[in-house]
Amino acid sequence: MSARSNILGRLRASLADTRPRPDDFDETLVTGPWQYPPQERIKRLRSLMEAVQTELHLVTSESWPAKVEALLEARGLANLLYAPGTDHGRQLAAHWQAGGAKPELLAYDRPVEAWKEDLFWKVEASLTGTVGGIAATGSLVLWPDRHEPRLMSLLPPLHIALLKASEVEDNLYTIMQRQGWSAAMPTNLLLVSGPSKTADIEQVLAYGAHGPKELVVLILEDA
Amino acid sequence: MSQRIPVRELADSFRGRASEALADDQLRTNFRVAMDSLMKKRADAFPDEDEREGLREQGNHIKARALSRLPDLLEQLEEKLTDNGVKVHWAETTEEANRIVHAIIEARQGSQVVKGKSMVSEEMEMNDYLAERGIECLESDMGEYIVQLDGEKPSHIIMPAIHKNRRQVSKLFHDKLGVDETDDVNELIQVGRRTLRTKFMEADVGVSGVNFAIAETGTLLLVENEGNGRMSTTAPPMHIAVTGIEKVVENLRDVVPLLSLLTRSALGQPITTYVNMISGPRKADELDGPEEVHLVLLDNGRTGAFADAQMRQTLNCIRCGACMNHCPVYTRVGGHTYGEVYPGPIGKIVTPHMVGLEKVPDHPSASSLCGACGEVCPVKIPIPELLQRLRQENVKSPAEQPKVKGGGAKYSRRERAIWRFWVALNTSPVFYRLFLWGATRFGRLAPKKAGPWTDNHAAPVPARKSLHDLARTHLEKGEGQP
Amino acid sequence: MTELFYDAAPNATRVAPERSGARDYPPKPAEITLFGTCVVDLFYPEAGLDAIRLLEREGIRVHFPQAQSCCGQPAWTSGYVNEAREVARAQLNLLDNGLPVVVPSGSCAGMFRQHYREVFADEPDTLQRVEDLAGRTFELTEFLLHVCKVQWQDLGAPTQIALHTSCSARREMNTHLHARALLGTLANVERLEHDHESECCGFGGTFSVRMPEVSGAMVLDKTRSLVESGAVEMVTADGGCLLNINGSLEKQQQPFRGRHLASFLWERVSGEVTP
Repeated sequence: MSARSNILGRLRASLADTRPRPDDFDETLVTGPWQYPPQERIKRLRSLMEAVQTELHLVTSESWPAKVEALLEARGLANLLYAPGTDHGRQLAAHWQAGGAKPELLAYDRPVEAWKEDLFWKVEASLTGTVGGIAATGSLVLWPDRHEPRLMSLLPPLHIALLKASEVEDNLYTIMQRQGWSAAMPTNLLLVSGPSKTADIEQVLAYGAHGPKELVVLILEDA
Repeated sequence: MSQRIPVRELADSFRGRASEALADDQLRTNFRVAMDSLMKKRADAFPDEDEREGLREQGNHIKARALSRLPDLLEQLEEKLTDNGVKVHWAETTEEANRIVHAIIEARQGSQVVKGKSMVSEEMEMNDYLAERGIECLESDMGEYIVQLDGEKPSHIIMPAIHKNRRQVSKLFHDKLGVDETDDVNELIQVGRRTLRTKFMEADVGVSGVNFAIAETGTLLLVENEGNGRMSTTAPPMHIAVTGIEKVVENLRDVVPLLSLLTRSALGQPITTYVNMISGPRKADELDGPEEVHLVLLDNGRTGAFADAQMRQTLNCIRCGACMNHCPVYTRVGGHTYGEVYPGPIGKIVTPHMVGLEKVPDHPSASSLCGACGEVCPVKIPIPELLQRLRQENVKSPAEQPKVKGGGAKYSRRERAIWRFWVALNTSPVFYRLFLWGATRFGRLAPKKAGPWTDNHAAPVPARKSLHDLARTHLEKGEGQP
Repeated sequence: MTELFYDAAPNATRVAPERSGARDYPPKPAEITLFGTCVVDLFYPEAGLDAIRLLEREGIRVHFPQAQSCCGQPAWTSGYVNEAREVARAQLNLLDNGLPVVVPSGSCAGMFRQHYREVFADEPDTLQRVEDLAGRTFELTEFLLHVCKVQWQDLGAPTQIALHTSCSARREMNTHLHARALLGTLANVERLEHDHESECCGFGGTFSVRMPEVSGAMVLDKTRSLVESGAVEMVTADGGCLLNINGSLEKQQQPFRGRHLASFLWERVSGEVTP
């Protein structure tokens, strides 16, 4: 007998003559307290994310690459990791080409194994998109794929994320339903709600535990 | 770091270890301060009592529903994960789970494992098992890293190094890593970051636990603040997740309330920094992520708990740690006193099914049954009631057939005889009155030092007249009667 | 049993706090039974008598069956179910006359209200009587507040007190709210909060002798915060906690003391000072 059949067998024996409990999931419990008028969503997201040391800026769909450049310059950073196969990646690259000395643009265009050491130690900042935001908890939803790999939002000390104002939803349940997550989960789906942190020593909050020390959210006013 | 990590020898009884802990002022201060802070954070995270109670009720229903279909959901989970390219393994014992993990690593000729936080791997003592076979297994959660470096075990399920203060960590880093001592927590964390980043890069295997395994979609959900969990599950070429069979939930939407309950109960956070949902290995055209993902489903006594409808409720647990944060006993003695992987109130009710009640016979008694744990449990496990049940199992005679593994360890003819005497006293009015008569007349002659009670108290002195006497006299006079 | 598990609401004894006002209270009865409890019987009989006086003052005829002993809690919390059941059955038989039962101790009232259901879980016929008893059992302060709806004139001098409530009673029956509300009606009494007020005093019945080191640490902390509260004295409606706290204070040779809430209340409303 395999472990599998033994375990399942014991569980089934224990459930003999019982009925499964009905599914009484009440969505109002997870949506009711977490609803906001559209104009309040960004405000709430901002206040929650600022409370965990996230920097947020309102930008336009034209101006944001310049903002990225300014953020890097203000910090004196030498390079930026970006996703060349995405729309925002192309827009960023176009801005970068237009004259002036800028930090080096690094394209995540080959497997991690090909440049692991650089990714872990040399990259100073990254720019990624998001597929939405959650007002209730102050979270970004990231859906990494072959164009924008997972480590981009994890390895660099500074992570800059683009968030469309129109894609901020009230709560996790709403965004999950609206985007139909359960029908097609990607390899990796992430909620990111601030820079990496820990309170493991004396419960003192310290940022930059293993992931980004800084998270900057650029909110695109597209509505 | 490849040698086996020595686990500090501990005195071998709860009372013995408790006495040591109580005598350690630093330890007591560390815990009191930390638990007070965690209690406040939780309270602040649930400002609306009705919202909190509704959510707890829902959390309980979701877990009870999942348990009521557990074998089906496990099969569904396996099927979905397999479709997604994840290899699923089943283990009845920790030994079997370790063998499976070792074989997976061997097949890839791995030698360096980096671990995200996983209490199930602590159950398995995986670090030791792999170390004995030449595989380095490094903890990467800051707290776990600190306790591993000091050859200790975690003292709290979500705050493993909560028993240490910054000076102790600073000294440890100085001794073990050769860095300068500092009182700056940020600097200490940066030391950990640098050291572990190399390990994340070099490791060939990442091991993690699972917070929720979603049957509907074949998804492993992990929560964390540090990013070490994401590192462990993303950077190495192989990811092995280990989890107990009770972690499966039916639908993706079920995690919405559970997640909210978990992070608010544990740390008072609306959500953790990262919620990491993994539904498969790296796809052919993807540029990072592990090429192989494995899930090891561990029983280790869980089917035993499941067989008992009352004890089955222990499997509701989502490992938030709120019960220990609110426990007046845990706060005073700390996690190591329990001498097992899971400390605190939840540890007392889950451990017997894993190791047998005879190994932890004092645990059920180490509670004043104050009820704080049950009051805060996000999935409404009636912890005091289950402690009570374990006390019953503990004192059963062999003829009474204890139903919990290792039950009956505390059965004693002498103690049973004392309780039989107590029954005789309290069921015979004549005998009881005689007892009152004796106690009220001669009670004050009793020795001033009598048993453990007088360690902490002045000897109690019975009144000169019992309420039986006072009430009879008063009521017979009928003065106050309407 | 398995069937029960799936279809019944989760067994949440001691877990789900009863919401304030959740219980329907009957009009004030003409007669009640006082269940004195074994600790009050032997160590705080005056408090039991003061409870009788408080009830009589509200025009209620009090019965005190001489055959009563203990509610069974010590055996129950020690895991001796059969022994607890035998003692519980004796009380159940004694209290089977339909009169409301008033108990000057939260944890013992909780035994009647909550745990007899578990004690007699395997006896369907007895369970009906258990439910009946649970429905007419009241902790003293709850009874005075919600059933008698007392309107008191405070005859005592201004004072400051700290209140301690038994943990299980607070969680099972909201006794802390009842006691606070009652004390709140007394014009000259100021109730001071103490540090970690809701934390257990360390009694826990046999816990205090099975785990004396931990229990001792808990009661030391409790007494310290009571003394530091600035209150003149502590009041509580639970005999076990009182025994624990006062025993510890005496051992520490602290002058500070606690006393039973019934005695304190009687002193305030009667103007009599009990010795």
